[in-house]
Amino acid sequence: MSTIVIRRPRLNVAAPATLGLVIAVGLAILAAVPGVASEYWLSAVLTPFLILSLAGLGLNLLTGYAGQLSLGTAAFMAVGAYATYNFAVRVPGLSLLADLLLGGLITAIIGTLFGLPSLRIKGFYLIASTLAAQFFIEWLLTKVSWFSNDDTSGVLSAPRLSIFGWSIATPVSRYQFVLGVVVVVFVVASSLVRSELGRRWMAVRDMDTAAAVIGIPIGRTKLLAFAVSSFVIGIAGALWAFAYLGTVEPHGFDLNLSFEVLFIIIIGGMGSIAGNFYGAAFIVLLPIALSHAAGALAAIGVDVGQLQNLQKILFGTLIIVFLIKEPDGLARLVQIARQRLRNWPLRA
Amino acid sequence: MSAQKPLISLISIQANTDPFSMTLSLSRLFRATWSRAAGIAGISLVLAAGALTTTSTAYAGGEEYFPLQSYRVGPYAAGGTGFFGGFIDYMQLINTRDGGVNGVKLTWSECETEYVVEKGVECYERLKAGLNGAPAAATNPLSVGIAYATIDRSTADKLPLITINHGRTDSTDGAVFPYVFPLQLNPYSEVSAIINYIGTQSGGLQGLKGKKIVVLYHGSPYGRETIPVLDILAKKYGFELTQIEVPHPGNEQGSQWLNIHRINPDWVILRGWGVMNPVALKSAQKVGFPANHIIGNIWSNSEEDVRPAGDAAKGFISITTHPSGTNYPVLQAIDQYVIKPGKGNLSDPARFGTVYYNLGVVNGILNVEALRVAQAKYGNKPLTGEQVRWGFEHLDLDNPRLKQLGALGLVQPLKLSCSDHEGGGAVRFQQWDGQHWKVISDWVQADRALLRPIIENSANAYAKEKGITPRDCSKDL
Amino acid sequence: MSFFLEVLVGGLLAGVMYSLVAIGFVLIYKASGVFNFAQGSLVLFGALTFVSLVERHVAPWLAFAATLVALVLIAIAIERAVLRPLVNRTPIVLFMATLGLSFILEGAAQLFWGAQVHGLDLGIDDKPLQLGGVMISQFDLFAAATAGVLVIALSLLTNRTRLGLSLRAVADDPLAALAVGIRLPRIWAIVWSLAGFVSLVAGLLWGARLGVQFSLSLVVLKALPVLIIGGFSSIGGAIVGGLLVGASEKLAEVYLGSLVGGGIENWFPYVLAILFLLARPAGLFGEPAVERV
Repeated sequence: MSTIVIRRPRLNVAAPATLGLVIAVGLAILAAVPGVASEYWLSAVLTPFLILSLAGLGLNLLTGYAGQLSLGTAAFMAVGAYATYNFAVRVPGLSLLADLLLGGLITAIIGTLFGLPSLRIKGFYLIASTLAAQFFIEWLLTKVSWFSNDDTSGVLSAPRLSIFGWSIATPVSRYQFVLGVVVVVFVVASSLVRSELGRRWMAVRDMDTAAAVIGIPIGRTKLLAFAVSSFVIGIAGALWAFAYLGTVEPHGFDLNLSFEVLFIIIIGGMGSIAGNFYGAAFIVLLPIALSHAAGALAAIGVDVGQLQNLQKILFGTLIIVFLIKEPDGLARLVQIARQRLRNWPLRA
Repeated sequence: MSAQKPLISLISIQANTDPFSMTLSLSRLFRATWSRAAGIAGISLVLAAGALTTTSTAYAGGEEYFPLQSYRVGPYAAGGTGFFGGFIDYMQLINTRDGGVNGVKLTWSECETEYVVEKGVECYERLKAGLNGAPAAATNPLSVGIAYATIDRSTADKLPLITINHGRTDSTDGAVFPYVFPLQLNPYSEVSAIINYIGTQSGGLQGLKGKKIVVLYHGSPYGRETIPVLDILAKKYGFELTQIEVPHPGNEQGSQWLNIHRINPDWVILRGWGVMNPVALKSAQKVGFPANHIIGNIWSNSEEDVRPAGDAAKGFISITTHPSGTNYPVLQAIDQYVIKPGKGNLSDPARFGTVYYNLGVVNGILNVEALRVAQAKYGNKPLTGEQVRWGFEHLDLDNPRLKQLGALGLVQPLKLSCSDHEGGGAVRFQQWDGQHWKVISDWVQADRALLRPIIENSANAYAKEKGITPRDCSKDL
Repeated sequence: MSFFLEVLVGGLLAGVMYSLVAIGFVLIYKASGVFNFAQGSLVLFGALTFVSLVERHVAPWLAFAATLVALVLIAIAIERAVLRPLVNRTPIVLFMATLGLSFILEGAAQLFWGAQVHGLDLGIDDKPLQLGGVMISQFDLFAAATAGVLVIALSLLTNRTRLGLSLRAVADDPLAALAVGIRLPRIWAIVWSLAGFVSLVAGLLWGARLGVQFSLSLVVLKALPVLIIGGFSSIGGAIVGGLLVGASEKLAEVYLGSLVGGGIENWFPYVLAILFLLARPAGLFGEPAVERV
């Protein structure tokens, strides 16, 4: 992977002042959205988009920055959701934010546990560990009804959400809550990856033997990657269950969801922060756009079943085309666009 | 990853050009054009999506809308195409033959969910507002996962959620779940009816004492839903119960069936879904367990479940709330008004009259009847979800009315109420002879008196957890 | 005791079925270095095409030949359109590309042949055999025999023919093979076609077991632990891994499962895989990674 380091320039975010301006403008835009967006956009498009970006961020920290392949994202989301639920239901005094943090902490512990094999196993074979997590956790949450407050089916229904008296019950308030959490975690994560820990992760990813030689503690770095990544993914899972779906069962967090998040980081750009947003936008918006187009075609009489199959084929083709054309993802494309915009007036 | 041998400049070597700078400038050019194209594509995609979601055009006046969260691709597509085909054909019949429900035409549109919960939720949000001004009457997702995820939304949006023959058992209690309707049969009634049938095969319910029954269930909330009630029934009637789980999707059941062979039960109850059903029958054949002592539940009872098993399925018994076949006046009407003129929804006309198709027709009958009942109170116009809910809760289909509808023998007599959203709880038993399902029993009722307290307890616990105050069903709201 | 033997034998035979699917993976991994997640969809496509042709009254041997040709063409198309442009990308990108490919194949299979489920009858009456008090399924024995023949044929091909020599050379070091004059595109096409053939056989056997329907593509999840234990690049490993996974999975389900309520078959093979990997990080028979700093 050494060629990748040379080829890929740092996704260089500009000076702190500009960064602050960008963040402020971005926040203003996102906060103003509820005024213009319909309920459909808020609750069925933007909220899952934000939550999936967060899950993508978690996976990106582990796979994109630290180079440890993980196919168990959905299982860790499930752990986060169920842990937060149990704290919310069984420890009544805690606020929702505390429940989220504790849920994330539990997920971090579980994630570290399943990350232990990474100390010995490398490369593609590491998927064994996270796949084991994926299937085992799905089984455990269904089997042991304690986790779902003794519901025999393992289904959990989100309790009433509120923080300090602000009730989170409408699509707008759910969107704002998710937005707030996502922004905070993203800011923390983007400083984390520019810190020493982030550099250590990238060293382990690029050439872990050399990293060990220069004195980076490989084991600790890898496990920290699992821990931080699982923390973020756990929070994303709790939001997915509470602020989006409202009711979840363990099979909702299946391998397909893990693949979905993996798609997000690959298409968005591995090893980038903004890429998670781009990837999530692609994964969330594209099927909806295709579905709308299909709806329009169905209205003129094209067979609905065939349209669905065509959509699937188109989705798969777009993914492959994307992977062929731009392996570094949408983040790289945006970076190129920005560079060209910077040069544009001066180009001959 | 380091085991990969670098194939770096393979292509450029073969192409025999100046390797480095040429590829670099080419790729730069390529990336530049590509990024421009991608940018334009991305922006137009978002704009298009936005434009398409804006509600469109004029009020079409006088139509009732049924949003269809259908699934026509993916592992359960066989069931989905049958069910939604039947539902759409029935609505087409009402429009064509009767000119709608008292003049209000029915309209619908489909949104593919692939049986995935997130897609089901997105489809729900997209379609719940109605179509071209026609209000949405009810949602019929035919999926336990999607139903669970849309229970809260349906209640908040006041849109009935119909989970025919399945769903959350405690949603039978309409006091806590005003907008959820597990029509005809909930999971508890299902197993209770099966136990009652086994009783009739054992010389009466007292003959169940000492018998060995194994329940093979799908490892999902739907499969696990009935575990406690089966334990209760086992204790009540004194039969030896073993419940064995088959992990999803159920491709491999060798060890479970060897276990069953060792237990050597009198009966096996199969609560399967999808591919688990034919594999169960084939695995039963492998261990020599007779198919005519396996009773399938409501989701193991279709042609799609038994055909892949070939002759391993001969003699397999299952329950049904409606027989298959085309002998009923309503089906013949569909054939005459919809299928023969070429407006049928099925791509394979041989599926007309199969179990899933007929389920769709029955679902259509019940939805339309609820509409009719609601219109009797609120007037012959397009109705809101809240009004349609009233219609469902006052649904009363007795034999004379069923005969009028042409569905006598196809649909069981149903009487819903505020506190009872199931209304029926009876099933018939059918047996597969290799080609068709033959009905082998009359209606067998579930022990609803036994089940009701359990359902109410569960519903009240849910209400407490969610902070809902149950409705007072003595008031006719 | 006979119950234990029954479970063991049943597990071993089921494991052979897993190996059949895994062999397809191994062939492609040896040739192109990619973990082809679309293998499951290839199996589905093959089985669906065969069954649909037979249902349209095409003679079985002709349907087999036609399906084989179709699969070979698809395999070559995949190699050319998807893998060629992605040469030298990281394994994860290749893996995701095959995932996208699986969407395409599944959509195409249902587009051409519909969403119906089909039964597949290979003419074997599956009444259980009693051998020394142990009950064995005839169908599973037949499947094991087929797999055995296939493995012997493949090993003869790779070890005794010039073509096999070229295949092994390409798997070992493509650059060196190129330097020696071996035509890589041709070799890749041949290997992918072989993988297609193996997929078809696996598809027919699994289709007869489950019925030919969409869930057939999920057998790949059963083959993954087999590959991980056996090593991605060894056919012998696939067989050994399959036997191990099949037997242990069934025994665990019956004996361990009864202690914890059952349903452990899904995750037990993966936990087993982790344990094996801890001892041998590249699988039992896989190539250990050589790292250069």
